[in-house]
Amino acid sequence: MTEKQLLKGSVALAQGAIDAGCRYYFGYPITPQNDIPEYLSAALPAVGGVFIQAESELASINMVLGAAASGKMAMTSSSGPGISLMQEGLSYLAGSELPAVVVNITRSGPGLGGIAPTQGDYMQATRGGGHGDYRLIVLAPNSAQEMYDLAGEAFRLAFKYRNPAMILGDAILGQMKEPVMLREALSPPQNSPWALSGAKDRQPRLVKSLYLKDGEMTVHNLKLLDKYKALQEKEVKVEIDCPTRCDLIVVAFGSCSRIARTAVDRACLQGLKVGLVRPISLFPFPEKAVREEAQKAGRVLVVEMNTGQMLEDVKLACNGNSEVYFKSYPGGAVPTPEEIEKEIEVIVGKGGLRHVNSS
Amino acid sequence: MSIAAKKRVFASPASLTDNKFHFCPGCHHGLVHRLAAETIDYYDLSSKAIGVIGVGCGVFLYDYLAIDCCESPHGRAPAVATGIKRSNPDSFVVTYQGDGDLAAIGTSEIIHAANRQESITIIFVNNSVYGMTGGQMAPTTLPGQKTTTTPAGRQPVGDGYPINVAELISTLKGTAFAARVACHSHTHIRTARKAMRRAFQAQIEKRGLGLIELLSACPTNWRMTPQQSVRRLEAEMINTFPLGTYKDF
Amino acid sequence: MEYSVVMSGFGGQGVLMMGELLAHCGMKAGLNVTWMPSYGVEMRGGAANCTVVLSENQIGAPITGTPKAVIAMSEPALDKFGSRLPENGLLMINSSLVCKDNSTYGQNGIKTVFIPTRELAEESGNEKMANLAMLGAFLAQTGVLELERVKKEVRSFLPPHKSNLAEGIEKALLKGKEYIDSL
Repeated sequence: MTEKQLLKGSVALAQGAIDAGCRYYFGYPITPQNDIPEYLSAALPAVGGVFIQAESELASINMVLGAAASGKMAMTSSSGPGISLMQEGLSYLAGSELPAVVVNITRSGPGLGGIAPTQGDYMQATRGGGHGDYRLIVLAPNSAQEMYDLAGEAFRLAFKYRNPAMILGDAILGQMKEPVMLREALSPPQNSPWALSGAKDRQPRLVKSLYLKDGEMTVHNLKLLDKYKALQEKEVKVEIDCPTRCDLIVVAFGSCSRIARTAVDRACLQGLKVGLVRPISLFPFPEKAVREEAQKAGRVLVVEMNTGQMLEDVKLACNGNSEVYFKSYPGGAVPTPEEIEKEIEVIVGKGGLRHVNSS
Repeated sequence: MSIAAKKRVFASPASLTDNKFHFCPGCHHGLVHRLAAETIDYYDLSSKAIGVIGVGCGVFLYDYLAIDCCESPHGRAPAVATGIKRSNPDSFVVTYQGDGDLAAIGTSEIIHAANRQESITIIFVNNSVYGMTGGQMAPTTLPGQKTTTTPAGRQPVGDGYPINVAELISTLKGTAFAARVACHSHTHIRTARKAMRRAFQAQIEKRGLGLIELLSACPTNWRMTPQQSVRRLEAEMINTFPLGTYKDF
Repeated sequence: MEYSVVMSGFGGQGVLMMGELLAHCGMKAGLNVTWMPSYGVEMRGGAANCTVVLSENQIGAPITGTPKAVIAMSEPALDKFGSRLPENGLLMINSSLVCKDNSTYGQNGIKTVFIPTRELAEESGNEKMANLAMLGAFLAQTGVLELERVKKEVRSFLPPHKSNLAEGIEKALLKGKEYIDSL
């Protein structure tokens, strides 16, 4: 593949999964992510894979669990309400240390909500989402190319750390078409030493998350914690574009970061000194990058398509040492570059009256 | 005759580990485990069998069967089994589920696994009560039966009628085998063994889902002695849950 | 230099396809491109629109509050998007369907061009190609891409089972261009 193809984000992601070696998809229809199962229902059987339209998201995630327990690359995709139903399975996947990829092309909520682009599931994604003490690996693409690339990266990380990974997108990223460069396809993984395959010429293996004996669960929790620490040390992904002297950094992720990008560029053309920090991995969160850039600039503007979720991680990173402003677009509202640009001007130009938290 | 010349006529199944069962006296889970182990040995499946364990008293199956095992969330065993079987078609996948697991929280998963004609085997233990959680009403609790959540006895209108799983699953086209057996006497155990083989055979021949429902006793939560439990099973449970083969390929 | 255009109309008029063809050809010409279809509540109902952005640089926002051009294939589309044009924007209206008076538009230096797309499509031999007549006119009016470049890439754009449409598309594109040239 040497030529770019114009692909819809959802299709790019689905093909990215296949090219990473994924051969198993289990899912249940929900708008706005249906392009993914529709594409895979034809594309997976064509490469000898399996596509099942399950009876529910509960069944989908547990089919993923079964395939993952077999050492296979398996995935599902859904949106808000369906992802809520999958939380049980995600908790089991994390507890059982199984690799899998779950895609959330979000809807606004709570409840049935709306289908317009939103980032209201940030908390659910980055805090684990289900019961118990665990984290998901969470990646947030902002282009069709990244939908493709991060699908593969999500599988790589999921298998490396034996932990479920989530790709957090929205209707903009799912529906938008952009040129995508495909890479050489990888083969599916073979014979993982933990995978269930039948106890032929070896001791039986067990995939479980139940630890009832004294102290067992604590040991397990600490083992999981080590994994999350390793992720924090080694796997942070962040795009930083800040001038040396900077009066404000804008922090935004996903589709919102694209719009922020344009706004920051325009502000810079006006002569304002504004930078952009884009977390690509939401867990592990680029805490260090945000802290350092925020400290240099002294002021941070967080823009999110929700009522303030990543905002909390930014505040934690800043730890009271920078002024943190927030611009909110909840419920399917999408900012225009002009709006964010205006916000930047207000903060940099006139000083911040709208800050939500200052040191 | 020397000892060496003696012919061995009885042994513990090779697939059964030496671990002592944790089950209460008079519980039939141990018997069902043994039947499963015997059947695994009969078909020489121990090197390709993968057990999918539901949530309930059977959750420690992996301590007793020497096969690969995977835990599943409550009720979701048929979905987990689907994922395993589809991604590893050469494996032999068997779920072990209780009545709360399969007939309450997991009704959707079992019905749709059967409906997709998944070639998996379901061992379904019906003891008419939630055992592990402490004797609450199950979907299979008999009318009038007292449980910790039906202190006045189950009232069908309001609490629900007992669900006849074997019959229900037999109506689905994707089901290859569905039978209900009991394991409270030698005669019943012999019938159960045959039915277990058919439930395995259905998967071996890729005919679709095979389900064996085993009526069994839970003396602890029935508040009975093992002997009383056997009498209750014979006198009351079989009336509500008639024994028989409801579908055979 | 970044160029953004909102293409809008009724579902079925081919506005999404028109935008996709433009984006595809922009990509083939080595530009960065984004194609963003109608989203949110607009996914349901009789309206369709997409935003195409072409740029030599990396593209930030795939949507814009102030597009350089708006193509309105229907009257509701004109009402909705016409007002978003900034000063000196370009408004291209499908005059085969939209009967509004010319004088309403053209304020703030906005240039308004009326294209009789259906008539042009009929002249090209296929009345269903009205959207492509509009695209041809748009290319001629703006010069964002060479018509020849677009014609050349029609075949790489079409899926194999639709390659028989290529010639008709090329003819309709040309009709649109000729109409602009004749003004």
